[in-house]
Amino acid sequence: MSKRVLVGVKRVIDYAVKIRVKPDHSGVVTDGVKHSMNPFCEIAVEEAVKLKEKKLIKEVVAVSCGPQQVQETIRTALAMGADRGIHVEVTGNDYETLGPLQVSKIFAALAKKENAQLVILGKQAIDDDCNQTGQMTAALLDWPQGTFASEVALDGDKVKVVREIDGGLETIKINMPAVVTADLRLNTPRYATLPNIMKAKKKKIANVKPSDLGVDLTSRVEVVRVDEPPQRQAGVKVDTVDDLVGKLKESGRI
Amino acid sequence: MHRAINKTHLRQLTGLLQRFQSTLVVVEHNNDKLTPITLSAITAANKLGGEVSCLVAGTNCAKVVEDIAKVQGVKKVLVAQHDAYKGFLPEELTPLILATQLQFSFTHICAGASAFGKNLLPRVAAKLDVAPISDIIEIKTPDTFVRTIYAGNALCTIKCNEKVKVFTVRGTSFEPAATEGGSASTEEVSASSSAGLSEWIEQSLTKSDRPELASAKVVVSGGRGLKSGDNFKLLYDLADQMNAAVGASRAAVDAGFVPNDMQVGQTGKIVAPELYIAVGISGAIQHLAGMKDSKTIVAINKDPEAPIFQVADYGLVADLFKAVPEMTAALQK
Repeated sequence: MSKRVLVGVKRVIDYAVKIRVKPDHSGVVTDGVKHSMNPFCEIAVEEAVKLKEKKLIKEVVAVSCGPQQVQETIRTALAMGADRGIHVEVTGNDYETLGPLQVSKIFAALAKKENAQLVILGKQAIDDDCNQTGQMTAALLDWPQGTFASEVALDGDKVKVVREIDGGLETIKINMPAVVTADLRLNTPRYATLPNIMKAKKKKIANVKPSDLGVDLTSRVEVVRVDEPPQRQAGVKVDTVDDLVGKLKESGRI
Repeated sequence: MHRAINKTHLRQLTGLLQRFQSTLVVVEHNNDKLTPITLSAITAANKLGGEVSCLVAGTNCAKVVEDIAKVQGVKKVLVAQHDAYKGFLPEELTPLILATQLQFSFTHICAGASAFGKNLLPRVAAKLDVAPISDIIEIKTPDTFVRTIYAGNALCTIKCNEKVKVFTVRGTSFEPAATEGGSASTEEVSASSSAGLSEWIEQSLTKSDRPELASAKVVVSGGRGLKSGDNFKLLYDLADQMNAAVGASRAAVDAGFVPNDMQVGQTGKIVAPELYIAVGISGAIQHLAGMKDSKTIVAINKDPEAPIFQVADYGLVADLFKAVPEMTAALQK
């Protein structure tokens, strides 16, 4: 098997952090805030590494777009078992306005350049909550998409994907090359062990610029402002179930 | 004086632009019934001020077309019936939408932010080379939208300068359009030939007599505190007394108590019922993202420090195994 998988990994504010909106309403505070790999991207990396362990693919390439710090995220993927990394360097204003459209153009260009047969991404990033990049990458490549995957099985030149949909699950079969996006229940990502973290330091991360890939980063979407959501009024504690039912009846909820 | 003239002029111009606006709503259905979120998408589309068309694609469209033609605010229903649309695969629907766009030049294309809409619209947007906007909760102007980011912990106002605005609509943020009183014309659009990249195999849907989670008026949700799948029966009994849907936290889904389509949260369903009862749920950021716009929130938890109490209108610090059956009994009276 000579198949190659491209895995997209995004560096985001850690999922457990309570975010703060900047006083000038231009965004959220990111300086000095704990960042880590987007949880859905971890699942994508785990799935790619598992496919390699089953000897169904030959090489796993982890890709991240952003400033210098995203190399840490790529290192994490390498420590989990990815073979090499590609850092697509995007900084300054370009990084501020970097969205799924631009990222999908980068991934599509890299997938072709690297001759990948599969692109695995998380279903959404927990910062922008867009849930777009995988679908858009598939569109730009004219490849089929298996989104919100909870089960992935390679079957010759096809991929069987069980998808999480609103009413339950659905199974589709898509041609390779393909794009798959990982849902939470696809797998449980492994922890990188210390020896593997040490080994990951020796693995190569190539540096690429979007212009090398012929990708224009112009964005036609502007963030006008970012606000705190309305705060809920403090509630009351009730002592008994009867009190609770009484209160709900009073307020007309039951 | 000059300013006054300019203002009037501007207003006329805006009016003119709005008249030229036209929106396509991609209808979600199962070849038999319209999915309720489409009605919310139609309401959002009507807020834009232009003409609203709906596209119904599927293997069997007649009944859905009949229903959608009666929905208030719909001007035209475009119909594409073909076997290629089996399973509503995005590889097949995208060329159809692009062909429709070429023919009618819509300024806006939208759908509900369900698994269907989220799967399809970004693919359409990429093909149009535009950045889509996900899960909007408000329309300020035809090019300015509000959506949540960071699991609902910030509201982001976005101005979209794309030639076509492609967006998905949060169902709970827009009232469903009335299903009577409309009289739309119907028009067939030519189905494209099959792309043949993907194949729909099967579906396994969770069957239930309870109302659908995303649109239920009352939701009872359970978390890790339920301890087992069997114990969820306590919640089903309570839900039955209130004609409520039953939801769950990620912990309950991961522990295998209930199937994942019951998950409420950032990565599950977003609900905003009149009454949300969280039982044995701590209230992690990711769960709150899916329910904190509920009108009234009730928390039943034995841990008085649980974060859920910070958003609950009524909190009961108690053992759920005692409190829930008591509540069920109290409602039976």
